[in-house]
Amino acid sequence: MENLLEIRDLKITTLRGKNTVKLLDKVDLDIKKKCSFGIVGESGCGKSITANAILGLLPYPLQVSEGSIRYDSKDGEKELLKLSKKEMRSARGREISMIFQEPMTSLDPIFNVEMQMDEALTFHHPQMSKSEKRERSLEMLRRVNIPRPEQTLASYPHQLSGGQLQRIMIAIALINDPRLLLADEPTTALDVTIQAQILKLMNDLKEQNDTSIIMITHDLGVIAETCEEVAVFYAGQIVEQANVIELFGKTAHPYTLGLLRAVTSLGGESRKLYTIPGIVPPGGQWSQGCRFADRCEKCMEKCRQAMPALTEAAPGHYCRCFLHSEEVEA
Amino acid sequence: MSEKKNDILLDVRHLQVYFPIKRGLMKRVVGHVHAVEDVSFTVKRREVFALVGESGCGKSTTGSAILRLIEPTAGQVYFEGENLSTLSEEQMRLKRRDMQFIFQNPYASLNPRMNVWKLLSEPLKVHFDLPPQELRSRVEEMLHLIGMTPDQLERYPHQFSGGQKQRISIARALITHPSFVVADEPVSALDVSIQAQILNLMMELQQEMELSLVFISHDLNVVRHISNSVGVMYLGSLMETGDTEEVYRHPAHPYTQALLSAVPSHDPTNKSKHIVLEGDVPNPASPPSGCPFHTRCRYCTKVCEEKKPELQEIAPHHFAACHHVGEM
Ligand SMILES: Nc1ncnc2c1ncn2[C@@H]1O[C@H](COP(=O)(O)OP(=O)(O)OP(=O)(O)O)[C@@H](O)[C@H]1O
Ligand SMILES: Nc1ncnc2c1ncn2[C@@H]1O[C@H](COP(=O)(O)OP(=O)(O)OP(=O)(O)O)[C@@H](O)[C@H]1O
Ligand code: SF4
Ligand SMILES: [Mg+2]
Ligand SMILES: [Mg+2]
Repeated sequence: MENLLEIRDLKITTLRGKNTVKLLDKVDLDIKKKCSFGIVGESGCGKSITANAILGLLPYPLQVSEGSIRYDSKDGEKELLKLSKKEMRSARGREISMIFQEPMTSLDPIFNVEMQMDEALTFHHPQMSKSEKRERSLEMLRRVNIPRPEQTLASYPHQLSGGQLQRIMIAIALINDPRLLLADEPTTALDVTIQAQILKLMNDLKEQNDTSIIMITHDLGVIAETCEEVAVFYAGQIVEQANVIELFGKTAHPYTLGLLRAVTSLGGESRKLYTIPGIVPPGGQWSQGCRFADRCEKCMEKCRQAMPALTEAAPGHYCRCFLHSEEVEA
Repeated sequence: MSEKKNDILLDVRHLQVYFPIKRGLMKRVVGHVHAVEDVSFTVKRREVFALVGESGCGKSTTGSAILRLIEPTAGQVYFEGENLSTLSEEQMRLKRRDMQFIFQNPYASLNPRMNVWKLLSEPLKVHFDLPPQELRSRVEEMLHLIGMTPDQLERYPHQFSGGQKQRISIARALITHPSFVVADEPVSALDVSIQAQILNLMMELQQEMELSLVFISHDLNVVRHISNSVGVMYLGSLMETGDTEEVYRHPAHPYTQALLSAVPSHDPTNKSKHIVLEGDVPNPASPPSGCPFHTRCRYCTKVCEEKKPELQEIAPHHFAACHHVGEM
């Protein structure tokens, strides 16, 4: 495989009463090797469920109803959606790891840091000796810049700050050398100066290892600072995708433009801030036309009748909008 | 001189709030969290004063102590020249008609068993004795200001989105026409475009009702946009204060410099040059000696470890508490 991860036609649905409701609609993503890929969009657009689907972690009644997720694993190409529970568990951590927004809730409060790192290692390397595991844990803590690693190994989660916990989560996520790290809002709960520490750390780790990162965030600043390639999600679809410089410099989709205007008007001249009117329509309330139509300043007649396809507006730059292509979604 | 004095609505002097740490069966006090160490600032009429700083630095505690929702350990708060700490609880309760609080979390601050009508009419009933028609028209007027309609009066909080709930809690705080409001992170829980709607609303109402505002936030972009002056807090102390544009353009304190440089830029071709601070904020239960920032400061010298720097005026209306200010 050329890419590390290839998602095709991914659809996620849920059950509401007796009805099946679509939450994610025909998403295609290619994650290159050694790439940092950003997923951005407002709350409820489907960012987290996409990441959870990759790791087979969708909670009932959510399920993947269609599509494929192919992954170039250490021992050959695999279809992640066809893995057994056991195979998936052994892929987690060793092939693909995830870090979440709330480090406090992802660590177990009754075990100290050493026990939690130990457990992550033992799962994939049952033959490793106690002292090897300790050595490896200390090495990881040093790599994520934890001061006094010996002391930290003996600490319990409540004795550590949010920034320290998030660094430990990253250390655990990387302890078995995965090739893909899914980071779901890893700095949203942190202060800006701690965020700067963590983002720098993630950038450094990417440089040093062969790891690709999928960075999920609603913060365009975080995207601008850390990602090479970006997909903008809206109401369960990709509406724009491009290289980061192209996306910010030659923004094509009215939704992406709106998001950018909303954040940049904070530093702008006008006292009145730009806002995108209305809210993201939730799954089950999607119209047959363009899902952004109700909030779009440029909305035309045909936007309400048919859904635009995601087409290439410039080399490597994809956009789903009739302003850029007449093509209708099949 | 006297004219200038009158212009000042709120005057906070050496505010201090310590929380006791209790241990054991006897609840013995074994120490104190120095939540607010020494905070002084003034807010003029119709001014928006922002308090910024990272989690746990004492912003909310300062805001609550100003309104005496928490009793200060030391220091005074003057409101329209009157020392609030001399007021009885009953007098203070009446004062809250003019001094209101907007909370960060609209989910927790709105009583789920009250519909919009109850939520908005209750503060009026507590503070005024209005005939029913007048009550009704005041509520409808406020509803109009926040962009909602009378047919929504019968609805309960869970029937609204996060942005709408925050509008309702703003309306609830402003319905008594206070002259002063503390808004504690009023937009932090919201998406960007909803956040912008609420900020626009707050700025409009602030102008229209001639409000003075203490706006608490950790979002430096939001603070720059909404405030006239700003106070930067670290570990319970004010490190720097001044006109917002001046502080953002010429940050004088090493902490302010690091804080402002940490904000991600929205331009991938021009990534901001972060000053990445090492380590974490010290524990406010055992704050460091000398300058509160010295454990993480790149300019720290011996004097910084020993002596706490006072706020000093470095340019007109621009104060910073650092021994080496101007030497950097
Ligand atoms: N366990 C669940 N049960 C039912 N619906 C769900 C569940 N989890 C997510 N959803 C729905 O799926 C949609 C996508 O949710 P998702 O969590 O992926 O959003 P997101 O883009 O990550 O948003 P946020 O920025 O708020 O994290 C939303 O409409 C959400 O309400
Ligand atoms: N009731 C309390 N009892 C004991 N300690 C408290 C209490 N309230 C706050 N603190 C502590 O006082 C310090 C200041 O807290 P405060 O809530 O004022 O910070 P903040 O700047 O508002 O932070 P955030 O941005 O997280 O809201 C913190 O260390 C906090 O843990
Ligand atoms: S007083 Fe010293 S330690 Fe404190 S900020 Fe200034 S230089 Fe840094
Ligand atoms: Mg999410
Ligand atoms: Mg607070």
